[in-house]
Amino acid sequence: MAELTEIGIAEARDLLSKGEVSSVELTTAHSVAMAEAQSLNAMITETPAQAKAMAAASDARRAQADGGEVGALEGIPLAIKDLFCTNDVLTTAGSHILDGFKPPYESTVTDKLWKAGAVMLGKTNMDEFAMGSSNETSYYGPVHNPWRRQGDGGDNRNLVPGGSSGGSATAVAGRFAMAATATDTGGSIRQPASFTGTVGCKPTYGRCSRWGVVAFASSLDQAGPITRSVRDNAIMLGAMAGYDPKDSTSANKAVPDFEAALTGDVRGLKIGVPKEFVLDGMPVEIEALWQQGIGWLKDAGAEIVDISLPHTKYALPAYYIIAPAEASSNLARYDGVRFGLRVDGSDLTEMYENTRAAGFGAEVRRRVLIGTYVLSAGYYDAYYLKAQKVRRLITQDFRDVYEQVDAILTPSAPSAAFAIGEKSDDPISMYLNDVFTVTANLAGLPGISIPAGLSDEGLPLGLQVLAPAFDEETMYRIAGVLEEAAAFTAQPEKWWRSAS
Amino acid sequence: MSVDKATVARIAHLARIGVGEDELEPLAAELSGILNWIEQLNEVDTETVPPMASVHDEALRWRADVINDGGKQADVVANAPDGDNDGDGAFFTVPKVIE
Amino acid sequence: MSNLVEGATGRWEVVIGLEVHAQVISQSKLFSGAATAFGAAANSQVSLVDAGMPGMLPVINEVAVEQAVRSGLGLNAKINTYSVFDRKNYFYADLPQGYQISQYLQPIVGEGVITVDLEDGSSRDIGVERLHLEQDAGKSIHDRHPTKTHVDLNRSGVALMEIVSKPDMRSAEEAGAYVRKVRAILRYLGTCDGNMEEGSMRADVNVSVRHPGDELGTRAEIKNVNSIRFMQQAIHYETSRQIDILEDGGSIDQETRLFDSQTGTTRPMRSKEEAHDYRYFPDPDLLPLEFSDEFVDGIRATLPELPDAKKKRYMAELGLSEHDAQVLVSERDIAVFFEEVATGREAKVAANWVQGDFFALLGKAELEVADSPISAAQLGGLIDLITDGTISGKIAKDVLETMFESGQDASVIVEEKGLKQVSDTGAIEGEIDKVIAANADKVAEFRGGKDKVLGWFVGQIMQATKGKANPQMVNQLLREKLKP
Repeated sequence: MAELTEIGIAEARDLLSKGEVSSVELTTAHSVAMAEAQSLNAMITETPAQAKAMAAASDARRAQADGGEVGALEGIPLAIKDLFCTNDVLTTAGSHILDGFKPPYESTVTDKLWKAGAVMLGKTNMDEFAMGSSNETSYYGPVHNPWRRQGDGGDNRNLVPGGSSGGSATAVAGRFAMAATATDTGGSIRQPASFTGTVGCKPTYGRCSRWGVVAFASSLDQAGPITRSVRDNAIMLGAMAGYDPKDSTSANKAVPDFEAALTGDVRGLKIGVPKEFVLDGMPVEIEALWQQGIGWLKDAGAEIVDISLPHTKYALPAYYIIAPAEASSNLARYDGVRFGLRVDGSDLTEMYENTRAAGFGAEVRRRVLIGTYVLSAGYYDAYYLKAQKVRRLITQDFRDVYEQVDAILTPSAPSAAFAIGEKSDDPISMYLNDVFTVTANLAGLPGISIPAGLSDEGLPLGLQVLAPAFDEETMYRIAGVLEEAAAFTAQPEKWWRSAS
Repeated sequence: MSVDKATVARIAHLARIGVGEDELEPLAAELSGILNWIEQLNEVDTETVPPMASVHDEALRWRADVINDGGKQADVVANAPDGDNDGDGAFFTVPKVIE
Repeated sequence: MSNLVEGATGRWEVVIGLEVHAQVISQSKLFSGAATAFGAAANSQVSLVDAGMPGMLPVINEVAVEQAVRSGLGLNAKINTYSVFDRKNYFYADLPQGYQISQYLQPIVGEGVITVDLEDGSSRDIGVERLHLEQDAGKSIHDRHPTKTHVDLNRSGVALMEIVSKPDMRSAEEAGAYVRKVRAILRYLGTCDGNMEEGSMRADVNVSVRHPGDELGTRAEIKNVNSIRFMQQAIHYETSRQIDILEDGGSIDQETRLFDSQTGTTRPMRSKEEAHDYRYFPDPDLLPLEFSDEFVDGIRATLPELPDAKKKRYMAELGLSEHDAQVLVSERDIAVFFEEVATGREAKVAANWVQGDFFALLGKAELEVADSPISAAQLGGLIDLITDGTISGKIAKDVLETMFESGQDASVIVEEKGLKQVSDTGAIEGEIDKVIAANADKVAEFRGGKDKVLGWFVGQIMQATKGKANPQMVNQLLREKLKP
């Protein structure tokens, strides 16, 4: 059965349709692998019984269809980031404050996945309320990256998988979920994808409904898939995306056939390379990988254009005003009254303060305090309003550049995965992880990270393709060509497997 | 801008997060560090730039005025850590509030 | 008229501004599809959005937008075709999201003005600062448990219009007249039912005092006053409280106070005593609210005739006095009732009956026009009987009382009780002859020039006919027969 966990969605789709494998078999193989991977701590909740029942139902639907039309993800076993509300299944957002919370509703995105025939394996670990770049802020403990440093450095510490979608990325990289949902507010899909050798896409803001996704920063949050290949990613995004009248920020736009965009042909496309993404002190291997990507696209017939996104430097500080401000308000509902944790107090205020002190971890508390501060009387103009103005400048930078180019190529992250604990004492150095990804969130643009090579220590490194709003097709087309050129086949050794 | 202990205490209270006296000093230092880093935004001339709250340039969509929700009392209170169903209905409860 | 209050240190002027919270008439809530009806079982009209469940998102109700625009037009106010929803952040037991979605810097309706009518017959213009849409909070119930407050979220998310006045009022009377006028306009428009007992309209009252000509004084805000009478009591109490403090050399705290209807006093609100910092910012779950001028024009085209225009028409076209016109337009229900009674009838007569005897009966029964036991058509029927001479005006008053009790038509009562006016000359002449024969002395007095005696004769005839004789006919016949 082991090989069933090595295939992706596209291949599984063929095998399932030919009747060579059943969803129950595929699902069981992944559930078993998941159980064996508990030391990675990638899952908060495993749902093998539900998975099996969903898989059996999928097999029955397929039999019923008798070779006819089935869902785009019929029978495909997925892991779901624990930020998506799932009906009657514990949903924690990685936080103590949502203790015991079983939503009586299903998020639009997961509902669409189940309607497309997908199977839920369980809920993945994540940074608390998606605030983090290493998955170390989870109440449920850090996730361990399946990858370890190679070579004679002797540094065998476990590494972070990136964050906040660290559990989802690990489940896909560790081959115990065929694909996973994730969310990206400042880089939370693309950075962990880069750290784990997986493909992670944040689509255009408004492409996937936010209804039923626990909110971090509403104007930035966007759901997307983490998969093992670009094709899988295109298939899965097709099933997740779509207009939702329940989300006022959902785009009323038709969902194209993303998979059909994978033509392998980028001839004549103009690819921008922004000079502001060359950072002081950026590791040579990142710079080299970027040059390598440029070379691959040139070889494939694309035209490389030097571009400037002059306000890039200010994206992270603007983000660290806007996202905490929105979060400070979005997280006000966690008050011990209607769901989750309550810690009693002598009066209402004390109950609130006790509940929220006990329920939120250090990073969430830090951001809620920053957000409260930047919105408070006397500081709003200097911080929040300023950040909103800078946000417009950043967005305008992209609009200007997309007059000249079809897409942009950058590294996904400024480094390979780092060790657990290595950066957790310094918030700002942690925040810098999102330096290449965060601009796309501020401007609402689609971006994808694909594994393109290995670091000197044998860790995966990703390249990022950014595209204009609602042009995920061009993004996928370029990503497909890079994927083929990179021929990234490396896999971590399965050191985590427990005897079972 | 650096924030002092009193400011931390004030915003923690606004945010209803209990913060121990011993935590105020380190938090003040931490938040000051972040705010100082954020203040590089002051280098940007935004005099004539309108603020941007959303990347959408669409107008808000409206829904029809129909009753298609509610009537799910059990779902609404199902997750309440402390509730009361005394026959008159299902309520959330909080420590007594004196107005 | 002076509204100044005499104090020990001189005369004081009270300055009042009002924030009226008016519940929008709509089927469903501002941002969710849950029902808005009053009086449902606790938490039964709550969507997961209203309960602030994780990941739930608001979607705006088109009728709430239309109603706000309609109300703005009725308040002669500027309609903003671009407005923004903001979050007002604070923690409270009945505020499930931890913020209220409201409009702060860019409301849907801007400045307007309404004319209020005062008891002495004068009128004043009061400025409207703005009208914005916002969510109502849930309800905290403090008397169900000794140590706990219960929370019912049925009201949570119901659409409210907050109508903010300018600080233009100078007396409790003006404040009362303002609220009445706003309520009347909203009822005419059909945008708020104005029912203060059920909480669908309530007011926050800002009161300050100053010596005339001085800068505005520090104000106290009295929250959630739910009747006009209470509001006026609160203003009176607050005025003397503030004057007392200032005259004792003290200063007024800017604070939120509650009105206690048991004692007629106000006291500081304990739960909200700390300084607020609401941290308003644009709600990132919503986009700006935009609509076209055509949308506004479409609503404008459907506006009903509003009280001020109606009053002018009643005076100009129906010939009513200003007072009558004022009373009849003061509430939409009254105007509708009156107009039905007046249709095809003499307007002044209809006006007299509606606001005379009919109102007296309603008042005695403590009923509103809408709850009247007799319809406008029935009152009209009564007037018709007077006009065609079937009954006298005097008999009609009694008939109206019977109608009020039984709900029967006037014609049925007149028939059953045999109240038809006697206009048969022969029958009346017979009675006159009898009276003349029996009272030769009175006849002599009359013929001697004492005209007043005629009245005595009329009384006798009316008595003899149990009031049914047609009074004009009696008069006419008597004069003929008494001629010397």
